[in-house]
Parts: sequence; C-alpha cells; structure tokens
Amino acid sequence: MLDIKRIPIPALIGIVLTALFVLAAVFAPWIAPHGNGEIVGDVWEPMSAAHLLGTDNLGRDLLSRMIYGARITLFIAVLATALSFSLGAILGFSAAVFGGWFDTLLSRLVDLLMSIPTLIMGLVVLSVLPTNLVTLILVMGILDSTRVYRLSRAVAVDINVMDYVEAAKLRGEGSGWIIFREILPNALSPLVSELGLRFIYAVLFLSTLSFLGLGVQPPDADWGGMVKENKDGIVFGIAAALIPAGAIALLAISVNLVADWVLNRTTSLKGGRG
Amino acid sequence: MADTKAKLGQPKSGLLLDIRNLRIEATVFPPGEPPKDIVLVHDVSLTLEKGKVLGLIGESGAGKSTIGLSSMGYGRGGVRITGGEVILNGRDILKGGKDGFRKLRGREVCYVAQSAAAAFNPAHRLMDQVVEATLLHGTATRAEAEKRAVALFKKLSLPNPETIGERFPHQVSGGQLQRVMTAMALCSEPDLIVFDEPTTALDVTTQIDVLAAIKDAIRDTHVAALYITHDLAVVAQVSDEIMVLRHGRLVEWGGTRQIIKEPRQEYTNALVSVHEIEHQEQKPGTSPFLSVKNVTAAYGRSHIKVLKDVSVDIYPGQTLAVVGESGSGKSTLARAITGLLPPEQGTVTFDGRALANRLADRPKEDLRQLQMIYQMADVAMNPRQTVGTIIGRPLEFYFGMRGRERDRRVAELLDKIEMGKGFSDRYPAELSGGQKQRVCIARSLAAKPKLIICDEVTSALDPLVAHGILELLLELQKEENVAYLFITHDLATVKSIADSIAVMYRGEVVRYGPKGKVLSPPFDAYTDLLLSSVPEMEIGWLEKAIKGRRMASAGN
Amino acid sequence: MSSPILKLVAQRVALGILLLLAVSVLIFAGTQILPGDVAQAILGQSATPESLANLREQLGLNQPAYLRYFHWLGGVLTGDLGTAMSSGQDIATSIKGRLWNTLFLAFWAAIVAVPLAIILGLIAVRYRNGWVDKLISGLALASTSFPEFFIGYVLVYFFAVKWQIFPGISTVYDGMPFGERMQAIALPATALTLVVLAHMMRMTRAAILNVMQSAYVETAELKGLSAFNVIRKHAFPNAIAPIINVVMLNLAYLIVGVVVVEVIFVYPGMGQYLVDHVTKRDVPVVQAVGLIFAAVYISLNIIADIAAIVANPRLRHPK
Repeated sequence: MLDIKRIPIPALIGIVLTALFVLAAVFAPWIAPHGNGEIVGDVWEPMSAAHLLGTDNLGRDLLSRMIYGARITLFIAVLATALSFSLGAILGFSAAVFGGWFDTLLSRLVDLLMSIPTLIMGLVVLSVLPTNLVTLILVMGILDSTRVYRLSRAVAVDINVMDYVEAAKLRGEGSGWIIFREILPNALSPLVSELGLRFIYAVLFLSTLSFLGLGVQPPDADWGGMVKENKDGIVFGIAAALIPAGAIALLAISVNLVADWVLNRTTSLKGGRG
Repeated sequence: MADTKAKLGQPKSGLLLDIRNLRIEATVFPPGEPPKDIVLVHDVSLTLEKGKVLGLIGESGAGKSTIGLSSMGYGRGGVRITGGEVILNGRDILKGGKDGFRKLRGREVCYVAQSAAAAFNPAHRLMDQVVEATLLHGTATRAEAEKRAVALFKKLSLPNPETIGERFPHQVSGGQLQRVMTAMALCSEPDLIVFDEPTTALDVTTQIDVLAAIKDAIRDTHVAALYITHDLAVVAQVSDEIMVLRHGRLVEWGGTRQIIKEPRQEYTNALVSVHEIEHQEQKPGTSPFLSVKNVTAAYGRSHIKVLKDVSVDIYPGQTLAVVGESGSGKSTLARAITGLLPPEQGTVTFDGRALANRLADRPKEDLRQLQMIYQMADVAMNPRQTVGTIIGRPLEFYFGMRGRERDRRVAELLDKIEMGKGFSDRYPAELSGGQKQRVCIARSLAAKPKLIICDEVTSALDPLVAHGILELLLELQKEENVAYLFITHDLATVKSIADSIAVMYRGEVVRYGPKGKVLSPPFDAYTDLLLSSVPEMEIGWLEKAIKGRRMASAGN
Repeated sequence: MSSPILKLVAQRVALGILLLLAVSVLIFAGTQILPGDVAQAILGQSATPESLANLREQLGLNQPAYLRYFHWLGGVLTGDLGTAMSSGQDIATSIKGRLWNTLFLAFWAAIVAVPLAIILGLIAVRYRNGWVDKLISGLALASTSFPEFFIGYVLVYFFAVKWQIFPGISTVYDGMPFGERMQAIALPATALTLVVLAHMMRMTRAAILNVMQSAYVETAELKGLSAFNVIRKHAFPNAIAPIINVVMLNLAYLIVGVVVVEVIFVYPGMGQYLVDHVTKRDVPVVQAVGLIFAAVYISLNIIADIAAIVANPRLRHPK
C-alpha cells in the first residue's frame, strides 16, 4: 500500500530530514566530534574544517552542541507531545462517548484554560515552579492537551452520531467495541496528522521558553537555549545564533511536510470519512 | 427584447436554441493517480423552439444539468465545453467569450436552481435579488422591474405579493422561495429558463403547488424552458418534448406522449414502468407479533410531542408502510420502537410481552429480532470495515459463529442479495449506491430477525436501482418470512410493497388499515391531499389533481 | 439593530466578564500550586527562616488563599496592582508606559499585517491552484514553522548588522519624536507582521473560498454580473464577518508574538516586563501582567464573536 515512488517529493524531503534529526539525537555521543561542554577553541570562531559550524560563546564546538541539543530538544518535545496526546485523546473520547456532566465539566475547564494564551499561562506557572525537566514536560504537556482534547472530542462526537455507530448500538455492542472498533479507526487519520502539528508546537514552545531563559537550564542546552547563549554575537555580525534557530525551523518544516502529506493521503483515501 | 431579436433577423416562430454535437469534459483527480480528463457529455444535439418546454431526464451522472448550464456557457467546478456549438437566437454563444456570456446570462437565459434556499444571498432582501438581473441589463427601470416582480409573485400565488419582496430569504419557506426564484428568472423576460430539479427538494404536497405555479407562468409568459429532473412523472406534466439521457449520451428524444406511452428504447421503457411492481396485499394474520400501543414521545424535555398516541400492529411476514411528509414523526416512530427514543407514554409489545423502553435495558435476543436499514447506506457502514466484517459481525455477535462457518454464511448472504462472494473483501467505498444498500440488507438479515425497519431505504437511490432493491426486499420476505416496517414519503413505493399502511401527519396516525382499504375512498382530507399529490405518469394529471383538491398543503 | 442582537451581544459580553473572572482565579491559583510554598521557591533552599517569615508576611501568605484572592481582585478592580517584590515599585505605574509601548508596536504591526493578509488571501483565491497560490501557501507553511526569534534575528542580522538600515535594539523613551520612534520599531514591527501574516492569510483565503463556492455566488454569475460585481455585491457582504473573525483571532495571537519579539529587540513593553519578572520570580508582577494579557486576548475574542453575530442576517432580521 505504501509505495515509495508514490510519495510526493516534499513529503519525501520531510521524511528524510526528520529521520536525520532523529538519528543525530539518538546517536549523539557517537556522532558528535567533541563533548557537549568541552571548550575546544576561541570564542565564536568562524566555520572551519576543524569546527564545521564554528564555536560558540564559550569556545565550544557548535556542531557538537547542536547534535547534543537535538537530543534534549527532541526528548522533551516527544515526551510532552506523548503526554498531551494521551491525556487529551483519552479525555476527549471519553467526554464524547459518555457525555453528561463529565463532558460538561471537562469542556468548560478546557474552555477556561484556552482563554489564556498558552505562552502566558506557561510563564505564570513557571514563575513559581522549579525549573527542571519534569516540570517543563508536565507544564507543556498539560497546557497543550487542551487542544488535543478539543479535536479528539469533536472528531469523536462527529463519528458517534453516524448511522453505523447507531447500528452497532442497536445491535447491542458494548462501549469497548464502539470506541475501539467503530470510532477509533475512523478518528485515526485526523489525529495522526494532529500528532505532527502538536509535536511541532511542542518544539516551538520549548525553544521559546528556553530562549526566554525559562526552559532548559545551563550547562545543558536545547536549541532554543543555544540561541539565547549566542544571541549577543549577532550585533557583531556573528551568525552562530541563527544556526540553532534555523535548525528548529527546518525540523518544524520537515514534520509539517510529513503531517500535511499524511492528512492529504488519508482524506483523499476513499475509505476516509467523506 | 423583441427589438433585439428583430435586429438579429429571427423569424417569430423559429428556433431558439440549437445545440450541435455538444461535448463536455472535466478533469478529475483520483487519489494517488495522475489527473485525467473524463467526458461528461458525448456529442449531444438538441433543438428547442420558442415558447416550448423540453424535459431533460436521466439518473444521476446522466449529464442533464451540465447540458442545461451549457446553454448559458457555464460549467460548474472545472467543467469545460470542449466541442460542438450552442446556437442561441441565431448565434453561437461559445464564440462570444466571457463578455458575450455575461450579456446573455440573466437576460436571454435565466436559471432556477434545485435549492432556492442556498441560491439566494442571505444578506440581501428578496426584491433586490429578483430585480437585480433586470436592472443590470438595463431592460427596465427599477420601478418597472419591481412592478413586474409583484405581478409575477401574484401569478405564482405567493402570499402577500406586495410585501414579500421586503423579506430576507430565511424568512420565507422552501416552497415559496422556489417560486420567488422562478419569479426572479421570469423578471428579466428571458427567452429561455433552465429549471434544474426545481421541485426535487420539496415535500410531495408542496411540489404539486410549485409545479402548477411554474407551469402556469411558463404558459402565460411564452418563455421557453429546459426542465431538468429525474422524475419522469413530473416532467410529463410540464414538457412538450422529453429527452432521455444516460451516462452523458442521448437515449431517446420525442414528444411527451410518445415517450411515456410508446417508449422506443429499452432504457426509457424501464424508466416508464419502474413504479409498477404488482404486489398482492396479504390478509393480516390472527395475531400481530409486534404492537405499538398509544405511544407518545418527545425529544429532550420539549413540550412538543413528536408522536401523539400512536398505535399500530405488525403481523409476521408482512409489511406495514408508514407514510408521511418531513416532520410527520414517521422516523421518530422507528426510534421509539428500537428504544433509541424511549416513549413518554404507551408501550411496545413483542410476542405478547412488553419490550423495555430503553435500548440499554433490552436483552440481546430482543435486539436481534429487530433490525434496521437506513436511508444513507454509505454512512450506515463503517468505512474502515470490509463487507465480510460488516455482514459477519452480527453472526459472531448473536450466534457466536467463527472462522469458516461464519465465512460460509457470509457467502450465502451475499448470494441472497445477488452479489458474489468476491465482494467480501471490498470496502464500502468500493461499492455502488445500490450495492451498499444490499450489503446493509444482508447485515440485517444475518441476525435472522422477525422485523426489519426500513427507514426511507430507497429514497436516496436512482429509480431503477430503487426498483431493484424493492424487488429484492419482497423476494427476501417470501424466503425468510421477515416482517418490514417500511418508512417512506413516496406513495408509489408504498403501493408496491405494503400489506397495511399507516398515514402519519404531524405526529398522529390519521389513517390506518389494510392497503386496499387505506387506498380506496372515502378519504380523510390529508390522505386525499397526499394521494392526489403523487405525480402520475399521465398527461393532464396536474390540472386534474389541482382541481380535485380539498385541503391546502401546509408547507408551501 | 433589533433586540435579539442586543440580547446576544449582551450575553456574549457577560460571558466574557465571567470568563475573565474565572481566568483571574486560574492565574491566581496558578501561582499557588507549589508543593512547598511560594516564599521557599522564591528564596531557594538556602534561605534563612527569618527571611522566609518576612517574605511570607510581605506576600500575605499567613492568610487563607481565598482571602488573599479577594484582596488581590479588589485591588485590581480599583486599579491597584500591588507592588513589585524585586524593586518595591508600584506595578500600575511601571506598567502604564510599557502598555502604551506594546500597544504602539502591536498597532503598527496590525496596520501592515491586516490589509496585506487580506490582499494576499484574495490573490490566492483569485489564482486558486495556480503557482501564485501554491507559492503563497508554501510560504505560509514555512512561516508557521519558524520560531519568532528566528525571524527576529534574521531581520537583525541583515537589516541592522549587514546593511545597517534599522537599529537592532529598539530603544524608545518618553518624548521621542514620532519619526525616530517609527525607525526604532521598524524591525520588531516587521517581525511581528511576519509572525501573524501567514496564518491570517491562510484563514482569510479559506473564509473567502467558502463564500465563493456557495450557490448564491453561482446565482449571481448566472445573472451575468461581472466578476468584480459578484465579489462586491454578493461575496463580500457575507465574507466580511468571517474575515473580521480571522483578523481578531490573529490579533490575539499577536500577544504571544509580542512577548518574544520584545525580548529580542530589548523593547520596553509588557512582554519584556513579564519575562524579566518571571525570571526574578516576582509573583505580583506576573499575576498583574498575566491578567492584562488574558483580558486583551479575551476582549479580542469577544469582538470576533460580536462581529459574527452582528453580520448574521438571520439574527439581524428575525422571522
């Protein structure tokens, strides 16, 4: 069913680039030419054969930092996405199927949380919480799960009123069959593409927090933190900060291309929900 | 307008529209394949004289709307006219370019759409929209145009013709909007009007009023018309000639009388005879197995009762048809019987004992005995399950059948619905409309029920396909001795399938009994209206029906 | 204006006020959710018992939370936002100038972004599925993937450092001449514009397409109206509400952008003020600024809804 030749070129580019980022993150210690905190040269050395991307504000090898940074960035973003997705999807589906006060309560709570921009709410909460990885993942995951909740609830409500679900109910099927055999297979394609978008959002959100100094704390650094470390060089014409910033953009575009393709492929599939 | 025509040198009683070898194509984008061009209309030719009405008839996909719109040089969504000539008032309009089209649209040719509710702009008052084309083409001043519009409203028997133009589209009912749209088309005094299924979306008792209004207006204004519909009986009332189309090709073209009385082509003959299934009514048995007694129901906590004190009986192996228009409560009756909408009062008894009101309280065995088939077969099947799974699930669920035993039974059922077992691996999206409905029938049969509730099962299908489904249902009834509760708005279908009939109107059963009795006089006022509104394939039926009516329809 | 509209609008406003009240509870609660207490978190593990007790006193932590909330809310409603812990300054006074700076920046970004987005959206619809549309869609996809600081620093790198057209740091002060002020905010305003432009354009395109594909537009075409008149008389009156909706929602999105952009350009606005005090864990300031951002965000959403209500002919002319 999945024929490589049938994948459109933009999606193919997206898949390859995303795979490269993931590989770099997973095998960071083996790929990186230098250690993460190792000082190997002068401050902000230009690109050279020894240091392919030059050095950073403390004279560390930028390429190595980038590779280790990929690891932290992806690690946190993946965990936060996983949290927001499982939380949002489970609650959203349950709200749609069970309805009643459970649905009303959750939906109003989500309305309330979404009436404040995520970044602002994140900043408010982070002003009192200790800055560590667990807090970061929890805050990102919970705040973002509101969007997943809305989508999965809407999708499930749509499917729940379809005649084939009514037919299953008339047959006497239990809620297990209805959720997992009737609703879930039909909700999967919009959710999978949303998964990509949520992941991008998690990467951007994390980078923004770190850039503002409220995310990953030194000496560790994700890409957003590396932008912060090197931003003072910009005024001297040193582009070191643009490299991690560009990496974030590239990763986001790649995932976007893949998500876009997944969405188009599944909606144009005639078996999809017309 | 007369001056323009004189300048063009047209004889008074000449040809208005002459379409020659019209070829229309469109580009389709099948998923995962390169886009390709398909031909929608294959070299169709037609002529229409001034003041005459030509009916274009065919099933969905026959290309009738596409041909109709080509007379205005218009193609919907990427549809292109790629060959032939469209000669209107003596000139080929396809050569006129965009400016040429603009000058003829709304002046020489006007359009009446199927859904007037969608075709009117919600932001403007009706009068502004009715006179817009007239003012645009400068054929009258605003005062003249409005006077003309009011006269047309009167002619089309709209209520309050002087003031209805001040209203907005959402303030006017569907049947009235359809007539306002006809007035809009007539207002600029065109030579030709394209009617695109103008009564299809209306209830049957409303349809007859609109149809009569349109017919009178056409006669009095001497406008020519292309009347597009899938209903031969409707088109027979308004047309001078009829053209039968199929898959974008001409099948037959002739005078109305010839087409409906002496069709020359087999396909036309099938269309003409489609309503005629001879079904001998069975005498009710000694005792009904399912009785609905004094059921009253409402949605939510609403005070408006959708069902009021409804009682009906169903006998083993027989068909009870429930007839009514939209809002009559006929589908709600099905929901009450299945337990989806627990009744507020009254009971449903089955085999001599009361059925639990709520679906959740019914034992599996009761659920098995009552099965349901829906109007829209494509949303009644899970698109992610194969036909094998869809039919096989009730076998697993009710009878615990597994593996080969189940597959054998699925194959048997597929055979019963006249589909091969090769279909078992297909997904619903890979089936045609009729095949989908057949699979739904097989799914309900798999449970070996005593009763199948059929909710408008044929109304979304083309006539010939619907005919096949009805024959299949009758056949299966004989073999399996299953009873049907057949819900429909179409009286022709009722005649072909029912043993007894319940006529519903505003939540109440107004007439109930064996078919022969319900369908013979004396009638109550509503049944009379309903019966007299069903178009018959007979020239002059419309005038007779309008004359003989005792009650005005409600939803016009 | 007939009464059902007034009623709906009044309802929507009342709902907004209720929501704002709930949000104030949420923001207040959000700063109280620590496992230990705020004073400990602010001062860290090495704090002496005396300094902890002092801070608790100062924050009123000895009172129950609901009393502190009502005290705080009462202050906010009378224009008293409290004092900043880190500097001891009155928060309302510090905010006044900064709020004006932020609104000034957001205003100019919106002035450029809104018409540009609508025009680009119209062009994309006009040449739908052509290369212009694809290019615009492609750029939109790319720019929704860009973090704000990427856009910001690329602008700084080229316009401030390489070509030296505009300053890379936006210093503004009271009494600054208008021209100089505009010069100073050129880059941050451009960055903000780029941040919201793509999204706004994509939504505008969708809103217009939705209207253009409706049956009444076909009716207008079949009356012989020119393409321009079809859009002016039939599409536009129905597209205006969805477009206002899109614009308002995206202006709300500007708020998020403004936080990051102000930090990049060291612009003395609300966003930078907020981030500074989050780092200093200055709870009263964070609460006050958070509430103001939320209020603006909610108000814009209400305006979007009201626009939709007022433009709906079904509500304007009831049966």
